[in-house]
Amino acid sequence: MKIPLIYNLRSVMQRPTSTAFTAIGIGLVVAVFIGMLALANGFRAALTRTGSDRNALVLRRGADSELSSGLDREAVSILAASPHVAAGPDGRPLFSAESYLLIPLSRRGADTNTVANVVVRGVAAAAWQVRQNLVITEGQAPVPGRNEVCVGRTMALKFPNTDVGQALRFGGRDWAVVCHFTAGGSSFESEVWGDAEQFQPVFRRQGFSSASFRLADPAAFEEAERALEGDQRLQVDVYREAAFYAEQSEVLGRILEILAFLITSIMAVGAIFGAVNTMYAAVAARAPEIAVLLTLGFHPRSVLLSFLVESALIALVGGVLGILLVLPVNGMVTSTTNWASFSEIAFSFRITPALLLSGVVFAAVMGTLGGFFPAWRAARRPVVQALR
Amino acid sequence: MPLVEIRAVDKAFQRDSERVEIFNALNLDIEEGSFTALMGPSGSGKSTLLNLVAGLDRPTSGSVRVAGAEVSAMSPNQLAPWRARHIGFVFQQLNLLPVLTAWQNVELPLLLTNLSRKERDERIRLALGVVGLEDRMKHFPRQLSGGQEQRVAIARAIVADPTLVLLDEPTGQLDAKSSQDVLALLRRLNDEFRKTIIMVTHDAHAAASARTVLHLEKGQLIERQGAMA
Ligand SMILES: Nc1ncnc2c1ncn2[C@@H]1O[C@H](COP(=O)(O)OP(=O)(O)O)[C@@H](O)[C@H]1O
Ligand SMILES: [Mg+2]
Repeated sequence: MKIPLIYNLRSVMQRPTSTAFTAIGIGLVVAVFIGMLALANGFRAALTRTGSDRNALVLRRGADSELSSGLDREAVSILAASPHVAAGPDGRPLFSAESYLLIPLSRRGADTNTVANVVVRGVAAAAWQVRQNLVITEGQAPVPGRNEVCVGRTMALKFPNTDVGQALRFGGRDWAVVCHFTAGGSSFESEVWGDAEQFQPVFRRQGFSSASFRLADPAAFEEAERALEGDQRLQVDVYREAAFYAEQSEVLGRILEILAFLITSIMAVGAIFGAVNTMYAAVAARAPEIAVLLTLGFHPRSVLLSFLVESALIALVGGVLGILLVLPVNGMVTSTTNWASFSEIAFSFRITPALLLSGVVFAAVMGTLGGFFPAWRAARRPVVQALR
Repeated sequence: MPLVEIRAVDKAFQRDSERVEIFNALNLDIEEGSFTALMGPSGSGKSTLLNLVAGLDRPTSGSVRVAGAEVSAMSPNQLAPWRARHIGFVFQQLNLLPVLTAWQNVELPLLLTNLSRKERDERIRLALGVVGLEDRMKHFPRQLSGGQEQRVAIARAIVADPTLVLLDEPTGQLDAKSSQDVLALLRRLNDEFRKTIIMVTHDAHAAASARTVLHLEKGQLIERQGAMA
């Protein structure tokens, strides 16, 4: 590029108002773009982090979610005895037969009429070791045999009566909240966990929903899968836990992404027209300058490039503006209904460096697109006409 | 061989539905090292002739040769680098990019050469010295007088040492004193630095600075000797 950048920088600063408006327009689009993708990202991350590669998840054959799955006690004891299940330090299998229940609970806040489905997960004592990244942040794990529950971090934030020491009422009973836990930001944090055996009579359920266990040899997942799925007494499907939860996030994650692209494309059209306008005005006002550059022997291509760069420059300012606008939502927790399980799942906006970069690239693309026709006109206008 | 050879040039413009003939079979030779003033009434085609020589416009038919090169046959892509190498051009006004300093304006033609930064700096200093504006190089055009602006434009027109310096009414917007400075400068460029100069003017006083004065009337050129000849 032969026309010095300083020429564009100073020219842009000569018209701060129109530059600012164009940049703000582009900035808004970039903010929405990054924000929505951060949402999809956070949603995916929450579910993806739910599973571990070292674990296997067992569902009834043909079931596509924990909600629609069921395992009877006989199947559970066969599974627990499998050689593919790792043993804990105490020699007992790292195996958790779990019941997956949805209960309607009122949300925290003034408007107590909003009710959401919350996942109540009945687990075995081993679940606290088997499942991924579980950390009890307050209190002690529920004691098997007692009416005690442990509440996930985001669940505790959003629903009343979830403090340690309080009683949470569901299933016609009061449950003592004895601890809070985190799970590395995964969807477990939106759940209430208790002893599966305690939940069974309350919810009048026989057996369990699913089973999760630590693989004796994580590299031998396929073998475990073959052995268990081949066992005629069981009639189960075996998944790698990580893959299963990632799959669950796929539909909604995809829809969020498509929405992000749809909404931002529509907005982008507006922002691009803003840039087109600004640059046409710039080109018109600077006709004599363009004539001088061409007369000096600058190639029309250089003039085109120079105006494209100028437009991209304004857009980049917009991109940075957009980033500054959207950054505060990073980590902000929101929630939605997870369509795969119809339960409330909380997750946070996750803005990654890659997302920021794509926002900036998006801004530059808008600027370049918007600048193209004006720049083309600048470069193609015959000098003699510009001079008259 | 003349530096500029214009042979049988026709030039016509389309204005609305009307065809306006400016030149009909025009011939002109400009010798190397000459200083030619091109006079004539407004609308007689002075600027058009200068633009043809600079390759900014092309004849309807006929040939324009400069330093052996057929300018009238070059594509726009060939013309840009050719102009950078051979032509220094000064307009009546709005010559300078307002957002660049005098120094940066003069540097522009050098950005199209392979000169190193150091060589460029030397040339710019020299050119600004010749036009007597060493002390104004950090100034922006709006901080300069009209005469100073034109002198910066002349510095820019000579900085890359072009084959030809073309000026279209360079003193048209200047007061008498500034005009004198500019004209004296052009004479010096011709005398001392052997620059070949073609200057369009409708001011007889300005034309008197040239060695040769050409009058353009009704598409015909009439030569008269300049005052200095
Ligand atoms: N691009 C153009 N389109 C149409 N007419 C033009 C164009 N350029 C110049 N003319 C006409 O050609 C004539 C000569 O113009 P010009 O060379 O600018 O004259 P001068 O410089 O001697 O005043 C004028 O009548 C002008 O209107
Ligand atoms: Mg003219």
